[in-house]
Amino acid sequence: MAHEINRRDFLKLTGLGGVGVVFASALPGVALGADQDEFYFLQLSDTHWGFEGPPNPDAKGTLKKAVASVNALDYQPDFIVFTGDLTHTTDNPVERRKRMAEFKAIASELKVKPVRFMPGEHDASLDNGKAFKEFFGATNYTFDHKGVHFIALDNVSDPRALIGDEQLAWLAADLKQQKKNAPIVVLTHRPLFDLAPQWDWATRDGAKAIELLMPYQNVTVFYGHIHQEHHQMTGHIAHHAAKGLMFPLPAPGSQPNRTPLPWDPAQPYKGLGFRGVDAELKEAQYKLTEYPVIKA
Amino acid sequence: MSLRRKGLAIAAAAVIGVLASIATYVIAQPAQPKEKVIKMTAKRFDYTPGHLTLKKGEPVILELTTLDVMMGFNLPDLGVRADIIPDKVTRVRLVPDKTGTFTFLCDIFCGAKHEEMNGTITVVD
Repeated sequence: MAHEINRRDFLKLTGLGGVGVVFASALPGVALGADQDEFYFLQLSDTHWGFEGPPNPDAKGTLKKAVASVNALDYQPDFIVFTGDLTHTTDNPVERRKRMAEFKAIASELKVKPVRFMPGEHDASLDNGKAFKEFFGATNYTFDHKGVHFIALDNVSDPRALIGDEQLAWLAADLKQQKKNAPIVVLTHRPLFDLAPQWDWATRDGAKAIELLMPYQNVTVFYGHIHQEHHQMTGHIAHHAAKGLMFPLPAPGSQPNRTPLPWDPAQPYKGLGFRGVDAELKEAQYKLTEYPVIKA
Repeated sequence: MSLRRKGLAIAAAAVIGVLASIATYVIAQPAQPKEKVIKMTAKRFDYTPGHLTLKKGEPVILELTTLDVMMGFNLPDLGVRADIIPDKVTRVRLVPDKTGTFTFLCDIFCGAKHEEMNGTITVVD
């Protein structure tokens, strides 16, 4: 008898399509509710639409290729999140809106809905998120999906890299509604911890957010900003940075300046890509899959 | 001596004692060396000067100003950060406690080349 295969069956059958699970994030003691089930979402980040320069000779084509790759996935996700720096910064408010409109038009080609957007400092820090809100709505919000509580935190609309007391109070009030063992996913742009403060890879009051999250047993953070895959724990909270889709950046603190890594003509799009997240609540873990811009 | 007079005498003696100890304290203090003042100007998207050489343990005062927008001076390896507000001078005292070359940066997003707005401080023995 034929039956619809789920994502996990698909992964077993395909051997992950040749891209491989690179990280599994455990959820110890997670309590399953009646509405909880496994699901799958994608994280795309740091598309920097509007960037031009030698680090990416295909600056106008990379995002479109990534959208095509997502649409070509054999198994489509439940939803997609963009974790900031949708556009590359510009001092010109008219140009900023033009870039956002162009980005939005390209992202609208994604077959899967919903697509959720978050700002990065390139989108929001010069106007406190004004243009971003016009195009994409609120800069911080929550939603629930199959028993997982998602919290989008804005640590970029304040150019000082602050979440701010008002948003922290909002976060505290939201968390009060959650059970201590509820599965919680935080989406944000900058790292909430001091990854490399000398490169501005930090959130100045991120420790306050982590302190609020610490009493909750099953918290996982997905963020962008650093244009590379990175995994770190603060206590029991796992933080996973995603690759970007315009240019890769060097490993944290590995060189004096955070200049983009050079484009390699022999390996175009090297260091760029997007992420699949399998929420396997029954197995109490998230499995992360890193996809290239173009499938080899 | 009335109780009131006695109280006044005790109070006066106490005041004299405190003043004497302050005088002793002030005299006992060695002359403070004048701290070197270094002026640093921020503008989109650089700091001038972009490099300083300091001596370990020798305190300096950084006088920071911005020529355009609000900036953030951040020297995380030596635990110093301050906002630089237009039309104001921000004074930061710095006592380098280790040798090496350390990056300082603007940590308030200020525009297209914000990520290139940084400099270095070399601390020598």
